[in-house]
Amino acid sequence: MTTPQVRAEAQQEREAALIAAILAGEREKFHDLIRPYERQVYLTSLSLVKDEAEAEDVAQEAILRAYRKLASFRGDAKFSTWLIAITLNEARTRLREDKRAALDSLDNQIEKEGDYTPAALTDWREVPSDALERKEICALIQQAVAALPDAFRQVVILRDMEELNVQETAQALGISVSLVKVRLHRARLLLQKQLAPQLKIELKSKKKSGMLRRLPWF
Amino acid sequence: MVLNCRHVWDRISDYIDGTLDPAVRADVEKHLAHCEICSAVLDSTRNVIVLMADDRVFELPVDFSKRLHARLDQVLATERPEPV
Repeated sequence: MTTPQVRAEAQQEREAALIAAILAGEREKFHDLIRPYERQVYLTSLSLVKDEAEAEDVAQEAILRAYRKLASFRGDAKFSTWLIAITLNEARTRLREDKRAALDSLDNQIEKEGDYTPAALTDWREVPSDALERKEICALIQQAVAALPDAFRQVVILRDMEELNVQETAQALGISVSLVKVRLHRARLLLQKQLAPQLKIELKSKKKSGMLRRLPWF
Repeated sequence: MVLNCRHVWDRISDYIDGTLDPAVRADVEKHLAHCEICSAVLDSTRNVIVLMADDRVFELPVDFSKRLHARLDQVLATERPEPV
């Protein structure tokens, strides 16, 4: 039986072997090392830099940096956590250069204020994942994530989209586990509040037009 | 302990992650069993989390991978990793 832990250990061993080979001169193996993490690096970058083209640029720079600094990877953290931390640093540097960085004091205020009452929809019906075939449903989710305060978006992207655990999220962001949990909770409720009513309407409108689309003469 | 709706909302995220302590979890479940609003908040929050985790929501830009590996090729050909 392959448990997730066994799989994770096998992956870690495979990565350790690749890293050793790269450092010993087989540089082209870096392609294989990085391939499973392309999406994760891009999403991490997008959690800070909201523009897609800039997020791609940051992702490339972060990956190049990871290559150059590979000898300093110690193996005490997971390679993915190390890579995410490099990406976040790269993105923060970029934001500082652009002088667009949110002030920490603003981030701290977010924790204390705000109305976190969720949207109360007694007749909620689950939105099936098939609905994601529709671009407008994806767009609604993208906009809701982009509209979150920075501190919340970072946590929710790492934890719920990249599926890191809370400890890894805390480690990557350099914040405490309890702060990760608080931010994650608020981010999820904000997303629920924003998205649940919108998704409900979108889905209803689909049912009606769906009937029409099934008729051959339309 | 009898929980009101606000108490339950405050614990929704930990409930979903399965990190509530068993006694609190039992109280939350007792409330959910008879509160339609909180059940819907739970279901919709869980649903939003499932949808968000789907790779189709945020797709990589077209040819992202191609551009990345082309750039890597240039660097790998000319630079070795820095010594510690």
